[in-house]
Amino acid sequence: MDYSQFLAMKQEIGLLVVFLLVFLYDTFMPKKALNATAGFTCVIFAVFTALSFFCLGSTGNETAFSGMYVTGPVMAAIKNILNVGVLIVLIQAMRWTDSEFQIMRRGEFYELLLVTLFGMYLMISARHFLLFVIGLESASLPLAAMVAFDKKHYESHEAAVKYLLTAVFSSAIFMMGLSFVYGLSGSLYFYDIYAALGAQNSTMVVVAIAFVISGVGFKLSLVPFHLWTADVYQGAPTSVTSYLSVISKGAAAFAFLVILVQVFGQFYAKVWEWMLYALIVLTITIGNLFAIRQRNMKRFLAFSSISQAGYIMLGVIAMNETGLASMMYYILVYIFSNLAAFGVIGAIENATGKLDMTDYNGLHKTNPRLSFAMMLAMFSLAGIPPFAGFFSKFFIFTGALQQGTTAIYVLVLIALINTIISLYYYLLVVKAMFINTEEECVIPTFRSACSERLGLWISVAGILCLGVVSCFYNYLLNLANSSSLFSAL
Amino acid sequence: MEMTMLCYLLPSLFMFCCGVYGFITRKNMIAILISLELMLNAVDINFVVFNRYLFPGNMEGMFFTLFAIAIAAAETALAIAIIINIFRVASDIDVREINKMKF
Repeated sequence: MDYSQFLAMKQEIGLLVVFLLVFLYDTFMPKKALNATAGFTCVIFAVFTALSFFCLGSTGNETAFSGMYVTGPVMAAIKNILNVGVLIVLIQAMRWTDSEFQIMRRGEFYELLLVTLFGMYLMISARHFLLFVIGLESASLPLAAMVAFDKKHYESHEAAVKYLLTAVFSSAIFMMGLSFVYGLSGSLYFYDIYAALGAQNSTMVVVAIAFVISGVGFKLSLVPFHLWTADVYQGAPTSVTSYLSVISKGAAAFAFLVILVQVFGQFYAKVWEWMLYALIVLTITIGNLFAIRQRNMKRFLAFSSISQAGYIMLGVIAMNETGLASMMYYILVYIFSNLAAFGVIGAIENATGKLDMTDYNGLHKTNPRLSFAMMLAMFSLAGIPPFAGFFSKFFIFTGALQQGTTAIYVLVLIALINTIISLYYYLLVVKAMFINTEEECVIPTFRSACSERLGLWISVAGILCLGVVSCFYNYLLNLANSSSLFSAL
Repeated sequence: MEMTMLCYLLPSLFMFCCGVYGFITRKNMIAILISLELMLNAVDINFVVFNRYLFPGNMEGMFFTLFAIAIAAAETALAIAIIINIFRVASDIDVREINKMKF
């Protein structure tokens, strides 16, 4: 066996080193030094993020294990985007993991988180369904343990069991679809399946695609596979919720694009464009309508993230380089906006335990900085210029419109109308904070922890800069244009 | 009688449907877990049968099955751990009682 092929997996190996360092630190350091576990993890993960951006990127496509694993500039870029998000999540989680009840198990939290990130890396780079399934499972199983992390709270366990049972159910359906694909094509390599399916025209292909879409659609919480989302987001610890809502979703969206394009690419117009079309319309609309009636902030953001997943899927249905670039850009912007919102929610929850939208009434008077950060996050999620969210929505609509059919125009119109609906509920939060000031604010003035402020500063900087500074999008567009993801078609 | 591929695929499909039915209707969480195992094992049978009858030259389906079994075991272990935690808190593993959060 040629061991040098492991060199293609530079980023995975880097992540593994980070994981081992955290594990060894947590296991062997004296008790006093353990107080710095969170800081240690953040620092070495920050170093790894910088290294993987500046040194570990590859110029061309590299493959390992006879094509099971492929990495290239686009894959490296999406992994770097996830790294940035994970770094913010780690910084924001510091205060929570150092709290009284978590102090015994904080090392495990970071280890589990890094393992799920490793699984997502594999999902992104896998070009063989065995590796993909292993990545999918190692991304979703430790997450169930992370959801159940708040041992003192019953809701945490309830959320975990709901998450795990539905995750296994959907992965069983996904694997059933895979078995049909295998029966039709005789291989599990993406390009072999693509070549073998090209000649066939059986209804089994439709069944297989439907099963695969519903399996991955669960991870992305597309309607009608979204029912777990709100409960899990509400019950899980806030740090885990923010991780679930951005990182796990971003990785799954990219893997979804790769599977649909590289495995089922020739069935685009015939089969899955219409499946995805229906899913997107349902996801955006139902996510928005249910978000309106939520009063718990975490549930509210859960439904908002469902509808955001629908917008991300617009980049998949576009099936072109612009769609790919705008999807990656959307994920990047979504990471910053959503993490800003979750950062504020987490800070308030850690200080006062309040999670209701009515508790936010008049927050502006007691905590002006937090409410300002929240307002920016809401504006960005709703897509108000000049914040980053506007540009990401703009680009993703542009990418979809390049497909050029009337149906896609209608789809983008529906998405646009839904953007207006979403303005209503995002601004409800802003209204609560800035306009509903007649009653006394239940959240007293407090000073949030240093780590929370750092996380919020990074997120707010991202919201303000990403849209206006055009080099980010241009960088992603160049990468997408030079990629060979669509060239097989 | 000669055993054709269908003799294996139909039972496996039946197992899968039983699993889906059980997942939806059962009230006990352990029973739900058993239904999930039925579904996963139906997938394993499918892979092995396709490999044995259609593509006997390579072993991809068999290997996938081996990994799928390991993954299913990990899932069960994790699910049982969480169910035990719920039982400690609620003294019950009926899914109808797991409804503190909804809508």
